[in-house]
Amino acid sequence: MSKPVNDVARLEMRDIRKAFGAQIALGGVSLKVQAGEVHALVGENGAGKSTLMKILSGAYQPDSGTMFVDGQPYAPINPAEGRKRGVGMIYQELSIAPHLSVAENIWLGIEPQSGVLLDRAKMRTEAQTTLAGLGHGDIDVDMPAGNLSVSHQQIVEIARALSMGCKIIVFDEPTSSLAQADVQRLFDLIDQLSRRGLSIIYISHFLEEVRRLSSRLTVLRDGQSVACHITQSITDDAIVAEMVGREVKDLYPRSQRKLGEVLLEVNIPNRGTLTLRRGEVVGLCGLVGAGRTEFLRAVFGLEENVSQKITIAGHTHVAEPRNNWLHRMGLVSENRKEEGLALELSISDNVCLPALKKIAKLGFVSPSTCDQHTDEWIEKFGIRCQGPQQAIGRLSGGNQQKAAIARLLESDCDILLLDEPTRGIDIAAKAKIYEIIDQLVADPVRPRAVLMVSSYLPELLGVCDRIAAVRRGQVGEATPVGQTNSEKLMRAATGV
Amino acid sequence: MKTNTTFTSKALNALGPLLALILIWGLFYTFGNQAIGSSEGIESIVQQTVVIGIAAIGMTFIIISAGIDLSIGSAIALCSVIGAKMAMAGSSPTVVAIATLLTGAVIGLSIGLLVVHAKLIPFITTLGTLLILRGIALGLANSQPINAQEANWLRFWLNSLPENMRWLIIPPGGWLMIILAALAAGVLRFTVFGRHVFAVGSNEQTARLCGVAVDRIKLYVYMIGGAFAALSGLMLVSYQGQGDPTGATGYELDIIAAVVIGGASLSGGVGSVFGSLIGALIMTVIRTGCTLNGIDESTTRIITGTIIVAAVAIDRLRRKSA
Repeated sequence: MSKPVNDVARLEMRDIRKAFGAQIALGGVSLKVQAGEVHALVGENGAGKSTLMKILSGAYQPDSGTMFVDGQPYAPINPAEGRKRGVGMIYQELSIAPHLSVAENIWLGIEPQSGVLLDRAKMRTEAQTTLAGLGHGDIDVDMPAGNLSVSHQQIVEIARALSMGCKIIVFDEPTSSLAQADVQRLFDLIDQLSRRGLSIIYISHFLEEVRRLSSRLTVLRDGQSVACHITQSITDDAIVAEMVGREVKDLYPRSQRKLGEVLLEVNIPNRGTLTLRRGEVVGLCGLVGAGRTEFLRAVFGLEENVSQKITIAGHTHVAEPRNNWLHRMGLVSENRKEEGLALELSISDNVCLPALKKIAKLGFVSPSTCDQHTDEWIEKFGIRCQGPQQAIGRLSGGNQQKAAIARLLESDCDILLLDEPTRGIDIAAKAKIYEIIDQLVADPVRPRAVLMVSSYLPELLGVCDRIAAVRRGQVGEATPVGQTNSEKLMRAATGV
Repeated sequence: MKTNTTFTSKALNALGPLLALILIWGLFYTFGNQAIGSSEGIESIVQQTVVIGIAAIGMTFIIISAGIDLSIGSAIALCSVIGAKMAMAGSSPTVVAIATLLTGAVIGLSIGLLVVHAKLIPFITTLGTLLILRGIALGLANSQPINAQEANWLRFWLNSLPENMRWLIIPPGGWLMIILAALAAGVLRFTVFGRHVFAVGSNEQTARLCGVAVDRIKLYVYMIGGAFAALSGLMLVSYQGQGDPTGATGYELDIIAAVVIGGASLSGGVGSVFGSLIGALIMTVIRTGCTLNGIDESTTRIITGTIIVAAVAIDRLRRKSA
């Protein structure tokens, strides 16, 4: 546990508990953050990080437990009061008003006035000063914030927190939508903020980020704070073990795979060719925007205005989702919320949707049959939920993703197209998905074929049998993993 | 065990509007004119609910699929004119019913085609068809109500029950509404089509990804909406004894309100036919209760509006805490 500290902590949360109905989200979490410290918060999805931060911000009220800011009791009833007491949040999904100017965004909710009118001059100059203080004097404060790049929008949010006088800033997965160079700049900025004496709470799935930034870290598991460590004195393996409560030995299992017949042949003019055989995993790597996702979507017939012929098990047809499902090919979207899942609907509805016609008798479906089928996947994949009728939007990202893959198997798919299948999910769920993929292609009775896109090279190298690099919309030769490595793939992807 | 809790909460969701209905009716009965509980009172409530209620069944499909039809009031009026004209011209009941329902389905199909293929927003599209259909109705009827008092077979559905049919308790039109609602609820819950309607409304992109024929579902949904509007138009003739080209004005709002009070979400993916019927009943009970107690029209409107807003607000709060 944390060493005793004599001076008063900037923030202290003591034994915070919170339940939603019967579900206990937090069962006693304590957290202590000093001034000028970057404190990382790690844990699986569903461990309670978001709930804890919502309580800190004032969006939720705890059932029990106490909080102190600079030794003073702190119990915000809403986020506005939280900000007033100095707690600012930078969420993964940025909350910028795109049509308002940068200056207006920075001052949103705390607009300075002279009389009844806005003090526009003050808004502009002080916004400029704040941005310059962050090393971004180049951002035009009159420009609509929606025109800025994502990384600059994030800077505007940080400037907003500073303008409000925040002394504790929470970063929730801030790098998930940033390019590599911007990530580096964000890290420098966070260092600078902590040197100014601000306390940073940093939430991330990436242990390398945690290691780079934080001096201490707190591990959450199942709604409880398991331990607080000095970051330098603990190994990655030990952190992971504490997060999942057991040791993860082999992240990328690889059973004996046997190559079968060709299942999918694609030849897209100007984009390249690809064949996929039963019993193998083929990966597509490349930089963001290189056209990996577009290739996968063209294969599935989801690219607008592109009519593409593909050959599945010898039969050629126009790629179109309905046709593809009939030919036992399914796709898991990279965007779970907007495309992948119907969030208000139940797990059962989501899993069975493409298979409804097969499940139905004369057009009639029995909900209980769907629930039974879904129950099997819930058990097989270890989907944590209240039951097949629970709204899928209420599950954690990892469990949603398992359900998204179950949908393909419920429809009896032989060919699985997976677009960023482990994006934004925690390490235990990732391990489970790697295991599922391996079991599917190594199935002794009916090996499947998987084509997956990923931005994370170690994952592709761990899971795939062959990997092709995509560059400027062109799919290159798929090379067996034994003959390649991350350096070679990076070269192919960047064209060096 | 865990499955039970979600089932219970789903049952509670459907029960919410029902409890509100009983509460409102109970308040009028306890503190006001008890005629609201008499057989005449109940008959009158049913007579007034059927027109809105039948149209609300179709609107439930549309709203669950994340669409909207603002022109449903005009469609009801147009179909009432067509039905009354044909009935008075001596067409057989079957022919009148089929022709009117087909008209409604074609109206729905046109709206659907505009929404699906011209990619127009349903709100704007149906704001346009609201005027167009009303114009056609006025033109067909020369802006005059068409008397259909003598079409006995049509009057039968919503007339007061004759002595020898008292055992029916409510007019046959009420039973028709209940049977159709049961069928519609069954279609939504137990057919592939029904589940596809929910999927399209909840997330159109997901539906497309999963191979649902999104465009076709939308067309069907608007056609169903149109056919129910047509039936509602016939019920209007039955109730009023005339096909009125200026009738059913503003009904679109009552119908949408009924569906939303019944628990549907205007952003789609959520809704229930029985909820919508209860929503329609709530509105009629308020109106009848106010009339029976001599509350004037202006106050009645304020009360109705307040209850709509309150019902939806309470529903949202309940869902949030759940």
